[in-house]
Amino acid sequence: MIQTENLTKRFGDILAVDDLTLELEAGEVFGFLGPNGAGKTTTIRMLTALISPTSGGATVLGWKIGQEDGQIRRRVGILTESPGLYEGLSAERNLAFFARLYEVEDIAQQVERYLRMLGLWDRRAESAGTFSKGMRQKLAIARALLHEPQALFLDEPTSALDPEAAHMVREFIASLKHEGRTIFLCTHNLDEADRLCDRIAVFNTRLLALDTPTALRRQLYERTMVFHLRQVDPRFVERVRSLPFVRTVRSMDDKLLVAVDDPEDNNPTIVRSLVEAGAEIQFVGELRRSLEDIYLKLIKDNEEVGSGNGDRSSG
Amino acid sequence: MDKIWVIMRKEWSEVFKNRFVLFTVAFLPLILVALPLIMLYFTGSSGGDLSGLSGTDMPTRFAELCGGMTESECGQYFLVSQFMLLFMLMPLAIPVTIASYSIVGEKTTHTLEPVLATPVTTLELLAGKALAAAVPGVTVTWIGFVIFEVGAHLIATSPVVLARLTEPLWLLAIFLIGPLLAIASVSVAVMVSSRAHDPRVAEQLSMLVILPLLAVFFGQIAGLFLINEKLIMWMAVALVIIDAGLFAFAIQLFQRETILTRWK
Ligand SMILES: Nc1ncnc2c1ncn2[C@@H]1O[C@H](COP(=O)(O)OP(=O)(O)O)[C@@H](O)[C@H]1O
Ligand SMILES: [Mg+2]
Repeated sequence: MIQTENLTKRFGDILAVDDLTLELEAGEVFGFLGPNGAGKTTTIRMLTALISPTSGGATVLGWKIGQEDGQIRRRVGILTESPGLYEGLSAERNLAFFARLYEVEDIAQQVERYLRMLGLWDRRAESAGTFSKGMRQKLAIARALLHEPQALFLDEPTSALDPEAAHMVREFIASLKHEGRTIFLCTHNLDEADRLCDRIAVFNTRLLALDTPTALRRQLYERTMVFHLRQVDPRFVERVRSLPFVRTVRSMDDKLLVAVDDPEDNNPTIVRSLVEAGAEIQFVGELRRSLEDIYLKLIKDNEEVGSGNGDRSSG
Repeated sequence: MDKIWVIMRKEWSEVFKNRFVLFTVAFLPLILVALPLIMLYFTGSSGGDLSGLSGTDMPTRFAELCGGMTESECGQYFLVSQFMLLFMLMPLAIPVTIASYSIVGEKTTHTLEPVLATPVTTLELLAGKALAAAVPGVTVTWIGFVIFEVGAHLIATSPVVLARLTEPLWLLAIFLIGPLLAIASVSVAVMVSSRAHDPRVAEQLSMLVILPLLAVFFGQIAGLFLINEKLIMWMAVALVIIDAGLFAFAIQLFQRETILTRWK
């Protein structure tokens, strides 16, 4: 569907995308998650044949970027970072213009279909300049879909919107899932990636991790067990901390948060030690880590590695 | 071809909503057609009033062109000739204005990226924009010239002066030099627009293309040289070369990657 191989882009001295190798499956919603300046827009621009890579390559829907760009542009849709509408033209004319550039066969019908789908049909004659941010974004999404692209690239579709508009746009993206299009969703919003995506790539110039949202949470991190006690005593903390397999122990209200690698093996020992020390255990659970924790840790580790390298090379 | 036309129509429906653009496209031709007609009217009807001018203000070399004319006819012809040069402001100023607004406008609203993501080729896009700017400039110049000619025939009394106004010199200037100037002006506007953030600034900077024309205008008034058919032909040749260079440079600037990554 979409494959990249060692895709790299430099702008002069700035390395924007470094050695990115990915493979997207047909019909999946693929999250491309990274902070500002991570190189998300640059990646989208390379995959939509807008700019060419410095090295490496990619095939999009079976067409090679840099060689079959016309074919790619015909078949992919893109929601650019800013909606980019002709503010003096009506919603309808905005779409009709792009439909012509995309060589859409049945222009009036497609324009109507997407104006209706996004709830803009009643305001089709009003100029885009009078629209709210949310409506502009919807119009831009309609524009990206007019030519029924097989792959859809969305560059931070909700980041400029207020929560209500963001919610509407997210619902719409979720509804697109059933149509079988492949969706490449760039975002720095974890919640959005978590809710919409089948798989998530965590990316900051380099690919840091790639998996399903659940697996990302589970795989990459030690797991944290929560022991609810009737009362927490410092002795309990000391006792648990002395166990060899325990990574960290924190107490919080009447809970002990214990990080371990293998809860199935380790929990019975922890429970026994606590009981021996006199603790009254009410129940034991697992703290579900938010994707945000994972994400922040990945980004932070990546930056530490980066600055570490810098120190070495300058020393 | 179809897409070029689609782009031109879109440009027009957008850019003519702007009052600065409308002002230039409508007001400039109005003045440049009305003024020479008014002059013809007043100098033609009052007969010999210009005889004083002919000897003193008119460069002596201009008199060479006046074979077979009376002094007053020559003076009238000289005045109107100056306006022919000013007429050439139209194919320069109108395209510059339209192109500046259309390109910088798209830059500031970030509409170029979604357009570049479509299967349109950059050449189609550039052609669409260039023609959308050049065609009104040239059309207005031609229509203005026709109106001027019709008006002159209604107003002017001297058949000798009238005959001069439809000489090849004038026709070459309007129908050959005009379009060539329009191409130069669009190319300059594309270059300036690639760097400018404000359409008005782009327009004003691009207006520098009228400087060479003004130089020719004042050069003729000062009697440095004389505009004749030979000079016009040389100018046309020079313009073809200049246009080719400028347009090639504009195409260089008008590549997808350049527009997205270097047009700031
Ligand atoms: N045209 C450009 N010229 C120079 N540097 C650029 C250009 N575009 C992007 N960059 C740099 O490349 C990096 C990635 O940018 P971008 O792809 O826009 O990130 P994101 O979309 O993830 O915020 C940033 O450091 C940015 O400054
Ligand atoms: Mg971005």
